[in-house]
Amino acid sequence: MKTFRIGGVHPAENKLSAAEPIKVAELPKVAVFPMGQHIGAPAKPVVAKGDKVKVGTMIAEAGGFVSAPIYSSVSGTVLKVDTVVDASGYAKPAVYITVEGDEWEESIDRSTKLVTLNDRPELTSKDIIEKIKNAGVVGMGGACFPTHVKLSPPPGSKPEWVIINAVECEPYLTADHRLMLEHADEILVGVTLLMKAVNVNKGFIGIENNKPDAIKLMTERAKQFSQFDIEVVPLKVKYPQGGEKQLIDAVVSRQVPAPPALPVSVGAILQNVGTAYAVYEAVMKNKPLFERIVTVTGKNLAHPSNLLVRMGTPMSQLIDACGGLPEDTGKVIGGGPMMGKALINTEVPICKGSSGVLIMNDKEARRAEAQPCIRCAKCVGACPMGLEPYLLSKLSAYADWERAEAEDITSCIECGSCSFTCPSHRPLLDQIRLGKATVMGIIRARNVK
Amino acid sequence: MANKLTVSLSPHVHSGDSVSKNMYGVLIALVPALICSFIYFGLGAILTTVVSVASCVFFEWAINKYMLKNTQTTVCDGSAILTGVLLAFNVPSNIPLWILILGALFAIGVVKMTFGGLGCNLFNPALAGRAFLLISFPVQMTTWPVPGQAFMTVDGETAATPLALLKQMAKSGDVSSLADMPDSLAMLLGNTGGAMGEVCELAILIGFCYMLWKGIITWHIPVSIIATVFVFAGILHLADPLHYASPVYQVVSGGLLLGAVFMATDYVTSPMSKNGQIVYGIAIGFLTIVIRTWGAYPEGMSFAILIMNAFTPLINTYFKPKRFGEVVKK
Repeated sequence: MKTFRIGGVHPAENKLSAAEPIKVAELPKVAVFPMGQHIGAPAKPVVAKGDKVKVGTMIAEAGGFVSAPIYSSVSGTVLKVDTVVDASGYAKPAVYITVEGDEWEESIDRSTKLVTLNDRPELTSKDIIEKIKNAGVVGMGGACFPTHVKLSPPPGSKPEWVIINAVECEPYLTADHRLMLEHADEILVGVTLLMKAVNVNKGFIGIENNKPDAIKLMTERAKQFSQFDIEVVPLKVKYPQGGEKQLIDAVVSRQVPAPPALPVSVGAILQNVGTAYAVYEAVMKNKPLFERIVTVTGKNLAHPSNLLVRMGTPMSQLIDACGGLPEDTGKVIGGGPMMGKALINTEVPICKGSSGVLIMNDKEARRAEAQPCIRCAKCVGACPMGLEPYLLSKLSAYADWERAEAEDITSCIECGSCSFTCPSHRPLLDQIRLGKATVMGIIRARNVK
Repeated sequence: MANKLTVSLSPHVHSGDSVSKNMYGVLIALVPALICSFIYFGLGAILTTVVSVASCVFFEWAINKYMLKNTQTTVCDGSAILTGVLLAFNVPSNIPLWILILGALFAIGVVKMTFGGLGCNLFNPALAGRAFLLISFPVQMTTWPVPGQAFMTVDGETAATPLALLKQMAKSGDVSSLADMPDSLAMLLGNTGGAMGEVCELAILIGFCYMLWKGIITWHIPVSIIATVFVFAGILHLADPLHYASPVYQVVSGGLLLGAVFMATDYVTSPMSKNGQIVYGIAIGFLTIVIRTWGAYPEGMSFAILIMNAFTPLINTYFKPKRFGEVVKK
């Protein structure tokens, strides 16, 4: 079974909600849309207090090329343009909308009929990318990189494959898994659209083999798109297989060189499976990105679930829908346990990149006390980038930025495998993050000169 | 409730591994060898182990409390117990106990704690303790009891180790005592003279398998040591079978397996990267045969490991793990 070649760990999978069909979450009373939901420039609001909006009305336009517009997920009245504390813990500009009814823009095709490229042969690569850009589609795996930018590789590079990330290597999360089981055809059409957009003939869908039902179903359904060569690749369960570089290595055995090289430098265009679904809806159904599947889970939560959520819904409402916040809650995480962000309160709204809400009890939330490094080299063995976390964390602690740069600290993907595996419970990644950010700052300053 | 949430950076989960789990894991892996030494050497072995462990733990506790005045103690993590067991394994079971206690003081007090305690020592404490004792008390350290006479008095019959016999023969050119040498199978099972933990090689291999299975160590260091010894000794043996012992004999004799499996793999004093570990293992194997064949001591393993301990920082500097993206395209 294929997997990536360097490092990796295997955290307890805890996929509590894997058998829970997707349920539609209730509409919020007030939906909140932060303007910075993606990598790149924040979006610029185009509505003002008192404006009436429908589901699918643009409320903010892209703030640049690397940016994405934001659409309302609800119908109602703009309450205010203010700030909201998002998953990062900082207050960010946001549009508040009071929900009234559920009226959709007429341009959106709400039927469930499958539309394939055979029905729309006139669509060109340019049309597809334009529709994706206008619909505000960004990477749904969590990084939220605007999809149209990824589909516009720099001149000179030649994409060979589209690789779909359906790995879902984060423990607990099952949103992508359920999406594949319930919307396999739509995803596959999305894949064909992505392939057509970058003009490649070969597509891969990487799925870890803890989802045998999804592997079987996707393999079967892929046969109906015989004019496209789409191959489902079962992968051995290993974290961080969903990392873009790791997945390319696992699927096609090529390693993307150190930054600033892009995946396309080895011929790969990567997209998340949720993104493929969003692309289908954007291109074939004229539906901008305003809802997504969110896994709401936790060992002490009464009903771990997969919910179809309108963006802007506060997480507290989803938690209530799953049985309410347990008494002994110690931590609420936006995303999975390996790379998700701990939230300062549960009022944080669901954004384009919110793949999950994970609730941990007090005991799970606490870190064990750090002990001296025993130089066991387990972090070196676990690092999927072939780095030496023990050394990088020490160099960061000593503020030796020059040497940290020489030891490739900027290659760190912040997957957390080192901290996860450390028998001494040392906060390796905390220190490496600080070092990486500082070194990147130094490099940027140097490049400006 | 809402304002009482813990906020910390990812990852939010941990493997559950800990320092003490690893240390006690190694101790469990030492149990078969411990049982064997008890069977072969009887009460003397039990007493030696108990005294060694107790004095190592005591010195670590006392130094922490009265000299360093640390509030946080590392006594409970099992590392001092491990040093104690390994030190006991490296001495004859009939060693005078005051010598053993001195060795424990050197191992913990000088080699471990003066460098900053757990994780900071440059040399393997148990091995450095052994080297200290071997140099200071050469007679007591090389008077080996004969296995199987477990319940006789401590001052009973003594035996030369097979490696010491080999060295004698090589020196004198007299190969008549070759017939007295135990065969390789007897050595594998431990029916020969030697330090407590060195004799039963099979028990050590069982411990090795356990540690591999539990992920406590990787194969790199032990396998590269054993392979190097086998190849290098094999070349010598092919060139002159009369003067150089067979490679199988070199592998199963003396402290080679104990050293390769339990000493050279010591986390603190061995290299961090896989390729560095292989370099380290090859160098240890090479040095062991050099010392055994041409050096003053019959046994070369412990010195070879100590020498390479000193090279570990250098190996860490020059042998980096293969970075992602450097791998050649398939």
